[in-house]
Amino acid sequence: MFPDDLRYSKEHEWVRVDGDGATIGITSFAADELGDIVFVEVPEVGAQLSQYGSFGVVESVKAVSDLYAPISGTVTEVNGALAEQPELLNTDPYGAGWIARVTMADAAELEQLLDSGAYAELTSG
Amino acid sequence: MTYTPHTDADREQMLATIGVGSVEDLFADIPPTVRASRFALPDPLTEQEVRAELSRLADRNRIPRVSFLGAGAYRHLVPAVVGEVIGRSEFATSYTPYQPEVSQGTLQSIYEFQSLICELTGMEVATASHYDGATATAEAALMACRLTRRERIAVSTAVDPQVRRVLATYCAGPGIEIVDVPADLADGGTGLTPVDAASRALDDTVACLVAQQPNFFGGIEPMADLADAAHAEGAKLVAVVEPTSLAILAPPGSYGADLVAAEGQPLGIPLSFGGPYVGLMAARMDAVRQMPGRLVGATRDAQGRRGYVLTLQAREQHIRREKAASNICTNQALCALAATTYLTAVGPEGLREVAELSMIQARHTAQALEEAGLGRRRFAAPYFAEVAMQVPNAAARHAALAAHGIVAGHLPERDYPDLRDTLLLAATELTRDADIDGLVAALRATR
Repeated sequence: MFPDDLRYSKEHEWVRVDGDGATIGITSFAADELGDIVFVEVPEVGAQLSQYGSFGVVESVKAVSDLYAPISGTVTEVNGALAEQPELLNTDPYGAGWIARVTMADAAELEQLLDSGAYAELTSG
Repeated sequence: MTYTPHTDADREQMLATIGVGSVEDLFADIPPTVRASRFALPDPLTEQEVRAELSRLADRNRIPRVSFLGAGAYRHLVPAVVGEVIGRSEFATSYTPYQPEVSQGTLQSIYEFQSLICELTGMEVATASHYDGATATAEAALMACRLTRRERIAVSTAVDPQVRRVLATYCAGPGIEIVDVPADLADGGTGLTPVDAASRALDDTVACLVAQQPNFFGGIEPMADLADAAHAEGAKLVAVVEPTSLAILAPPGSYGADLVAAEGQPLGIPLSFGGPYVGLMAARMDAVRQMPGRLVGATRDAQGRRGYVLTLQAREQHIRREKAASNICTNQALCALAATTYLTAVGPEGLREVAELSMIQARHTAQALEEAGLGRRRFAAPYFAEVAMQVPNAAARHAALAAHGIVAGHLPERDYPDLRDTLLLAATELTRDADIDGLVAALRATR
């Protein structure tokens, strides 16, 4: 139900690791809970993220929520398409709906994140 | 407002209903040590006595026969329809709607207000209003800081000193630094904000340039050039404007203003010891999520009918308190309705006539003083409806005239020590030729 190649935070963000870099997004569970997403405030390139710190905002027709960084790092790229198409978080949360790419500060932080099985368990309750 | 007294029987019934022995028992939770032991209040009076006392106090008001006072607040004709509309109980007694969608009439009036402010300023989105022009300006400056993620602002010294003091107050909390841009206020100078001075104050740490059009001295600022100077450093231009002037001057949207703030008082709100007034704020749509306060949007309901809603509320304090665009603002719905009614009543042509007559009478005033050898214009630049005149012994003569019911404008030396012997004279469509003659005669009689 959740991709096996990703790591997940309890705040419902996912991380895809690629060497020192990582891509961050929100899970399909989070997107479904939020409903139709109408606005995503992404961080600036160069911003320093700290694990579990707030790095952006996602706004849906029924709620507004902070985005919490699943890992620490420096933002190298943000998904500019979200400005015009925030609904990508609903339609393709693990693909075109990615939010930011970072250079990880400490890969050991990944150990604190959940695998797909543990995350599925977290969200099934 | 209706006064509804409670009888002793009413009180006893209420106390019995809630099971409390006495009114004093209601305050049992407040320790005696923190209660006021006594109130220094006069003895109760009869209604007749209260009326007499209030009349006595009211008689102490000095209502000037003739006034050339402006400096941020302007005496204009308020058509009777304004009082009629805002006096309707549906509007006069309702506070900001907390179940807003059932208050379609209130929301529609706010939507129309926003639409009129957008039309007037040439901007894309306007808020449902603010306390007054000064707080709207301060909110605009804070908004520029959020948009640019910078923490310094540059402010022309030709911006209303009271507005600049409110800016300083708002900036003190978050630690935003204010950089003054010195206007050319020398005798015979332009009286304007030099573009090169603005450029010197601006760099990539400055969020915005705040400039006023017309400026505090009535001068017509080079707003397009100031906008370019701000934009060259990635800063925003906050244009502080006078709304009736927009019937004649270029709208801020046309010269590159990113944010517009204004005191809305000239639009149908009487002068009354400084308030209540209404602040106007407008911006471009790409900045809407950083706007403070209420926004009303138009939409369609499930049956396709036009309706009005509060929109983009995620910016607001009742949704996200700690991350709201502002926790220190509210709208002024009744005064905004007065402005809406005023603008609707006078229309574009009427507003233009108001602005033109104000300009004409300001020129007659300046000319009359010059021809009588009483004073001369201090600044060289074109002006709108307020003019700084160099008049010998201005402060003493200002005081002498006030004693005779003539307010000879504003004394800028209160805020600008270098501007001694200067009178800042404002005219509006209510300024009569006889008022100008009266000012000249009274100034002649003093020295």
